[in-house]
Amino acid sequence: MRAWKSLLPFVLGLPVLWLIQLWAPPQIAIILVNIGVNVILAVSLNMVNGFTGQFSLGHAGFMAVGAYTAAKITLAFGESASVSPLVWNNGVFFIALLAGMGMAAFMGLLVGIPSLRLRGDYLAIVTLGFNEIIRVLIENMSWLGGATGISGVPPYTSLIWVGLGVLAAIVTARRLLLSTHGRALLAIREDEVAAEAMGVDTTGYKVRAFVLSAAFAGLGGGLLGHYILLVTPKSFTYVKSIEVVVMVVLGGMGSISGAVFAAVLLTSSLELLRGVDQYRMVIYSLLLVVLMLSRPTGLFGHREVWDFAKSWRRKRAEALS
Amino acid sequence: MRITRFAAVVLALSLPVQSAFAADGKILVGVIGSLTGAEATFGQSTRNGVELAASELNAKGGVKGKTFELKVYDDQGKPEEAATAMTRLVAQDKVSLVIGEVASSRSLAMAPIAEANKVPMITPSSTNPRVTKEGGKVRQYVFRVCFIDPFQGTVMAKFAKNDLKLSKMAILRDVGNDYSMGLAQYFTEKFKALGGSIIADESYKAGDQDFKAQLTALKGKKPEAIYVPGYYTDVALIARQARELNMNQPMLGGDGWDSSKLYEIGGSAMDGHYFSNHYSTDDPSPAIQNFVKKYKAKYGEMPDALAALAYDALFIAADAMGRGGDAGGDALRRALAATKGYKGVTGVITIDGDHNAVKPAVVLKIAGRAPHYAATVRP
Repeated sequence: MRAWKSLLPFVLGLPVLWLIQLWAPPQIAIILVNIGVNVILAVSLNMVNGFTGQFSLGHAGFMAVGAYTAAKITLAFGESASVSPLVWNNGVFFIALLAGMGMAAFMGLLVGIPSLRLRGDYLAIVTLGFNEIIRVLIENMSWLGGATGISGVPPYTSLIWVGLGVLAAIVTARRLLLSTHGRALLAIREDEVAAEAMGVDTTGYKVRAFVLSAAFAGLGGGLLGHYILLVTPKSFTYVKSIEVVVMVVLGGMGSISGAVFAAVLLTSSLELLRGVDQYRMVIYSLLLVVLMLSRPTGLFGHREVWDFAKSWRRKRAEALS
Repeated sequence: MRITRFAAVVLALSLPVQSAFAADGKILVGVIGSLTGAEATFGQSTRNGVELAASELNAKGGVKGKTFELKVYDDQGKPEEAATAMTRLVAQDKVSLVIGEVASSRSLAMAPIAEANKVPMITPSSTNPRVTKEGGKVRQYVFRVCFIDPFQGTVMAKFAKNDLKLSKMAILRDVGNDYSMGLAQYFTEKFKALGGSIIADESYKAGDQDFKAQLTALKGKKPEAIYVPGYYTDVALIARQARELNMNQPMLGGDGWDSSKLYEIGGSAMDGHYFSNHYSTDDPSPAIQNFVKKYKAKYGEMPDALAALAYDALFIAADAMGRGGDAGGDALRRALAATKGYKGVTGVITIDGDHNAVKPAVVLKIAGRAPHYAATVRP
């Protein structure tokens, strides 16, 4: 029953995504892709920064790992003469995205095991360091295109792929939050010592959340690279990591709907302000300051959209009785 | 409730506002640059250069009675933002031409969009060969008005042989850097072809602090001059250590030297050396002095090479439009590809088969901790 319910969003979402794909003109499509990728990044970072209360600043590093892995794989497969391109391209892309996620998850494990024994600010510094190491390593590897990156990446990303990625990230995050695992993560966030005293394997849970989060960052990177047809280290600086952290904090630490909403709001507001040239960064930053001052716990706090629905239903029941 | 209303407003605002086509008698030109971010000066110089060119062209009545109108978008120095801005320019604003970007990584994000939508794009200053030629295939709609990196090696070899009358040279190159390796390779080929000989070839890695071992080896061979196509930080240290070893040969380099830091670190050890660059504000040619004067009057600062190249980019486009490409698209692409001997600020420009600009480079001589115009070298 439960497993079936998790598949429901995909079954319902697919025709909708297909219609959007048919409708969207290119200038809207690229914005929707940017929004979708940012939603995937924010929701996945929320698993670490929000649910677990650990401060990670290396999300763009995992994105880079996923993007480069996926791009290398799709380029290696190339085009097929015998199989229809629809099947071949999407099949190759699926494998590439999975591999990108796997590689990013593996990197997450490598970084997570030693550093998640640390608490608080230390993790932020270690992950920030990881982000920079990945970027500098890539810049100095000529088989990864050096500082310019890999160009000529095939155009496999469609709005359907991005939409499915967004759904996968949200469903995974929600299922995680509602599971025993999620409860343990919340316990770690609220009081790590108390959680440990209650028998929660704190490091183990933190590492698993971190690995899952890294995998989705890799997915975001793979999707972005196959849309702008270029994978370059300049896309994955720590500035990108900070942008994602801003989305999580603005949405409300630990709120999935908050992360989604903040990612949509911040990405689309930058696009709407395009007309005002360099002043848009001033307006954008001002917007952040005002929002954080008026809602210091983030737009949603710890709450979710479905919580509102629940309380509304309860209120109505009370009013009726 | 408050949140739903807020969301509704955001949604309403994000609906596409279909901009009208450029009114008759106007040519809409898109400009993409990094107006904010770490490389903000790049984008601002580019925008200033194009703006100056547009105002001059419009004052003269434009091209075939049509005036230029610019649409400038910021990309914050991010490749994905450059791609978004490019998509918006071609799909929503329907520009007939795009000028940008400075950095090759951002031009590379824009180039596939130009190709797919058949909108010509001119990058004023991206020097990476891949921008106009991907995997052995020339991109039909992408052009550049600057020379590509390796060309500077050829130029410097000519200058060394013909102007400085040198015949025995040594090379000191940065092995971890495509730019340095490319310049060194083309320098060697041209210098040998002109009858000179390379008597020593040493290498270093960017970030090294001690170059005495390589310099001592070079000193023993007694070259007349040393070609060091690296970046300014390493070059400045190399020059200082060479002077400490009493090596007084001139050193030659490329535009990687072009930074005020070169003189800060290198000090007086830099005097007497030469490097190639895109253009020089000291160049006595009237075209350049005229441009410098107009730019200073309008923006209150000296134009850098990026501004000059952006200025040339729009003028070359106007020239191509005047030759029959004013409809944009395929006609403009053909006219651009046929550009020959156009006299711009940064030299006489011809577009070659790979859509690169074939044009002269300037050589600057360092004296008194500042570069001075020494010569113009034709390809």
